[in-house]
Amino acid sequence: RCSYCNNKCSYCNFNKYIPRSDNQDVMLECLQRETETLLKLSQVSRITSVFFGGGTPSLARPSTIAAVLQTVTRHAGLSEEAEVTLEVNPTPVGSSKLEDFLHAGVNRFSIGVQVRLRVLGRDHNSQHALQTVAEARRLCPGRVSVDVMFGRPGQSVASWELELDELLSVCDDHVSLYQLTLERGTQLFRQVQKGQLSVPSDDITAVMYDSARRILQKRGYLQYEVSNFARNGAISQHNMSYWKASQYLGVGPGAHGRFVPRGEGDVCREARTQTLEPDVWLREVQQRSHGTRRRIPLTHLGLLEEVLVMGLRLIDGITHQHWQLFSPRADLYQILSSSSEVQDLQQTGLLILDDRGLRCSWQGLALLDSMLPTLLLLLEAYITQGLDNNSDSLQL
Amino acid sequence: MQLSLIKHQGCATPFLRHLLDFRVCQTRQRSQGCKIACTVIRHRWMKRAPVFCTHNTTNKMISTQADKENIDMSKFPVERIRNFSIIAHIDHGKSTLADRLLELTGAIATTDKNKQVLDKLQVERERGITVKAQTASLFYKYQGQTYLLNLIDTPGHVDFSYEVSRSISACQGVLLIVDANQGIQAQTVANFYLAFEAQLTIIPVINKIDLKNADPERVEKQIEKVFDIPTEECIRISAKLGTNVEQVLQEVVKRLPPPTFKKEDPFKALVFDSNFDHYRGVVANIALFGGYLSKGDRIISAYLGKSYEVNELGLLRPDEHPTDRLYAGQVGYVIAGMKEVKEAQIGDTLYHQKHLVEAFPGFKPAKAMVFAGMYPMDQSDYSALRSAVEKLTLNDSSVTVQRDSSLALGAGWRLGFLGLLHMEVFNQRLEQEYNASVIVTAPTVPYKAILSSAKLIKEHGKEEITIVNPAQFPDRSVVKEYLEPMVMGTIITPDDYIGKIMSICLNRRAVQKNMVYIDDHRVMMKYLFPLNEIVVDFYDLLKSMSSGYASFDYEDAGYQAAHVIKMDILLNGKPVEELTTIVHKDRAYSAGKAMCERLQDAIPRQMFEIAVQAAIGSKVIARETIKAYKKNVLAKCYGGDITRKMKLLKKQAEGKKKMRYVGTVQVPKDAFINVLKRKDK
Repeated sequence: RCSYCNNKCSYCNFNKYIPRSDNQDVMLECLQRETETLLKLSQVSRITSVFFGGGTPSLARPSTIAAVLQTVTRHAGLSEEAEVTLEVNPTPVGSSKLEDFLHAGVNRFSIGVQVRLRVLGRDHNSQHALQTVAEARRLCPGRVSVDVMFGRPGQSVASWELELDELLSVCDDHVSLYQLTLERGTQLFRQVQKGQLSVPSDDITAVMYDSARRILQKRGYLQYEVSNFARNGAISQHNMSYWKASQYLGVGPGAHGRFVPRGEGDVCREARTQTLEPDVWLREVQQRSHGTRRRIPLTHLGLLEEVLVMGLRLIDGITHQHWQLFSPRADLYQILSSSSEVQDLQQTGLLILDDRGLRCSWQGLALLDSMLPTLLLLLEAYITQGLDNNSDSLQL
Repeated sequence: MQLSLIKHQGCATPFLRHLLDFRVCQTRQRSQGCKIACTVIRHRWMKRAPVFCTHNTTNKMISTQADKENIDMSKFPVERIRNFSIIAHIDHGKSTLADRLLELTGAIATTDKNKQVLDKLQVERERGITVKAQTASLFYKYQGQTYLLNLIDTPGHVDFSYEVSRSISACQGVLLIVDANQGIQAQTVANFYLAFEAQLTIIPVINKIDLKNADPERVEKQIEKVFDIPTEECIRISAKLGTNVEQVLQEVVKRLPPPTFKKEDPFKALVFDSNFDHYRGVVANIALFGGYLSKGDRIISAYLGKSYEVNELGLLRPDEHPTDRLYAGQVGYVIAGMKEVKEAQIGDTLYHQKHLVEAFPGFKPAKAMVFAGMYPMDQSDYSALRSAVEKLTLNDSSVTVQRDSSLALGAGWRLGFLGLLHMEVFNQRLEQEYNASVIVTAPTVPYKAILSSAKLIKEHGKEEITIVNPAQFPDRSVVKEYLEPMVMGTIITPDDYIGKIMSICLNRRAVQKNMVYIDDHRVMMKYLFPLNEIVVDFYDLLKSMSSGYASFDYEDAGYQAAHVIKMDILLNGKPVEELTTIVHKDRAYSAGKAMCERLQDAIPRQMFEIAVQAAIGSKVIARETIKAYKKNVLAKCYGGDITRKMKLLKKQAEGKKKMRYVGTVQVPKDAFINVLKRKDK
């Protein structure tokens, strides 16, 4: 994961890094070095997916992508079927390079498509977006994801439904559905604060989300996560690994990773963050082969919390088998079923706990964040209590 | 006559000292050319320092014979004693005149620094309190004779009218100061009546005649019209410039009657003020109504019946000046080993162990008129706040303290105050002096109920009970009638605002009792108000709708039968105990609606719909609905978002632990604070 961007979008508060031609080589060298370091540290034997994202990595040279992939292959296995996704900003320049990226090893494109976006300050218009999608589909049929965003200033439910309908007619098999969020410190945030722009209310965006889910379903896109939909089984393997709490490495400025650094003899999973500022990150990688800024060991409880929070975002939720991988002793029934709050949630049809596992209902998925605090408290209570009662057994 | 401030003492005096300390520091700061605002650390010695401490040295140099070591107090028979106080509306120049009188009689040096030595706190200005000037004994030479003039000051505000009336009985006259520009204001009237009813001689003084817009003639006519005092009796002065101030002293000697007490009678003294000193215990200010008191005497306080030995006594000039004796008609201080201010209740009688005397009539502990809950913002601050409250009440026994706890706000207290101003001053001191962060709930008033149920009467031991906490409100079926506290309000306003003011008074269930033009375009209106209607925001509303020109004051007017009822607030049908209120039947709908609206804004949306209802018994009178969330999910969550997301959720989960649950509805503490808290001005 690396960050490139050549513009500032008014809604974006991402780490921004405007590449200069004179440091692309240094950047490449550092990406390779950090990849190598972290792969060794994790001692993973096989990489199943790679995602070049965060900002607009398509601004990088295709040769950079190729070189990073070679590094991966050299230090761990990169299977033939491995999903290699590149995030693409739909500019004319971007679309012309897609083929080169394909040759560099990319086999899936993820495109942020926005139409009528003048207010958001993006440097492309719908024409470019459509061209980019068409080109990507030509190169990787069935392996193109398109981002769509609702809740933009001035948007109504009707205009959103119309827009989504149009977009879907050009989309490939994967759609990511996002709501515009106002982030502090962005231009859009200030404009809304000052009353120069207004974004749709919570009630309106709730309707937009609901109608999008219905429209997508009607068009054959099955929702498999809160904001992801796939047709013909084209779900994103890479993103699934986040929701299933698998291990992943984060490479590049500001990247996040979660893995067990077995190379250091550890058995405990760590949440790691790489240094955010690209210049500082470069220097650190040059000096000590990695730019890891923060390492937080996840406790047993912390890991289970992530498994719960991320897993419930999936339409299939958390199966008992999956939960057992992380919590061999305390099953979901033991943790949750005696709570009257959980019983209430089940009775109102928002949450399902059955022989398959724990998951949200269609209606419940939209309310997930309201249910999670309750579930987290129950989990915490069960685990910490268990520690009291049975302190030996949990020192895994 | 004497007015004292004592309870106030508890309240206003320490404040005043605080201010003085501040002033001292500020001066120093300035002299160093430093403009940084500083936090003043109050040293104990400063606290104890007399009000005019900054001028002490000069003082001694210029002072009269009386300053010499031992003053033989027997040289001042009652014929050459005058006891008086100064009463005025806020800002009419009471402190400035006091300064001049002290200067003129040599009690303090004549310097520019005396300007507003007794400055007032912001809260006091806003609310119209008159800060106490320390009681001062002045020696004044008139026609070859030296007179002892005792200036006994009062808090002036009706919140403290009980103490005022107690201490007024130590005076024989008052200087009633009126601003030559503003004319008579509400507090002028209230103060006048207190003095008038005590049958004191009143000398009207028109101050600030140096102002450009001064119109003393108009004010004299107002005084004649409202108080029935002939215009020629008014003295026109400028306390600021010193104009005619000498005449004021002469008139005090000429017009005020001397006290009529005899030193041959048994010793009898009125406690009109008291102070708590960390090292010496209670310092009581007393007026001698008969006999004399010497060091070493054994005295008894009538209220508690406790006996004390006099360790020290003397004059206040205004700093303490020990003497051997005090005689009938004189005023001074006494230290007699009392440990708590409660032992020196204002209005209490002191007498000699050997000579039992009849105690002064009407002694009763101060009665709290306004109640408010007080809770620490954070429960971990509870013990710190408790010690702050204890310290403050040590000096102000008129604050009643009752432990209370609320499911929403945790452990706290229900405090009773003499009035709104009293409450304001107390809270401000708590915040300023003890840096305490407190939640103060909207004030309520004590209701009464006349019980009809024989069983309940037996239980309570009486027919009439006072209800401070709505939870104890007895049901209509066991009650003959409910009573609510009333006040007589005086409003003085330019006549342009009459219409608006009458309409807000009407809205507040007030009954007009009187309305007179006090001059061509100023009107004085008297309204009988239910106290409950003015405790929250009436004063501010009145000020804002009259562009600040209307003044308001009130006095206790007993209790009146009222159709009051208990109103419950329900969330999805479950009552919220801490929001139960007692309201007048006619106000139930609007109060209920307002409460529901505030709650609707304060409670966050949840996964289900929430009905917020106000109900009288089983009858719902107002309802608002908090609609259910339809969506609450962060629409994106990948590897880089997990840490932030988890942090947010954990915070929400922690917050959830602190939620108060009403049925299944989660109510954050903030919501209670928003609804219960007194609204900021």
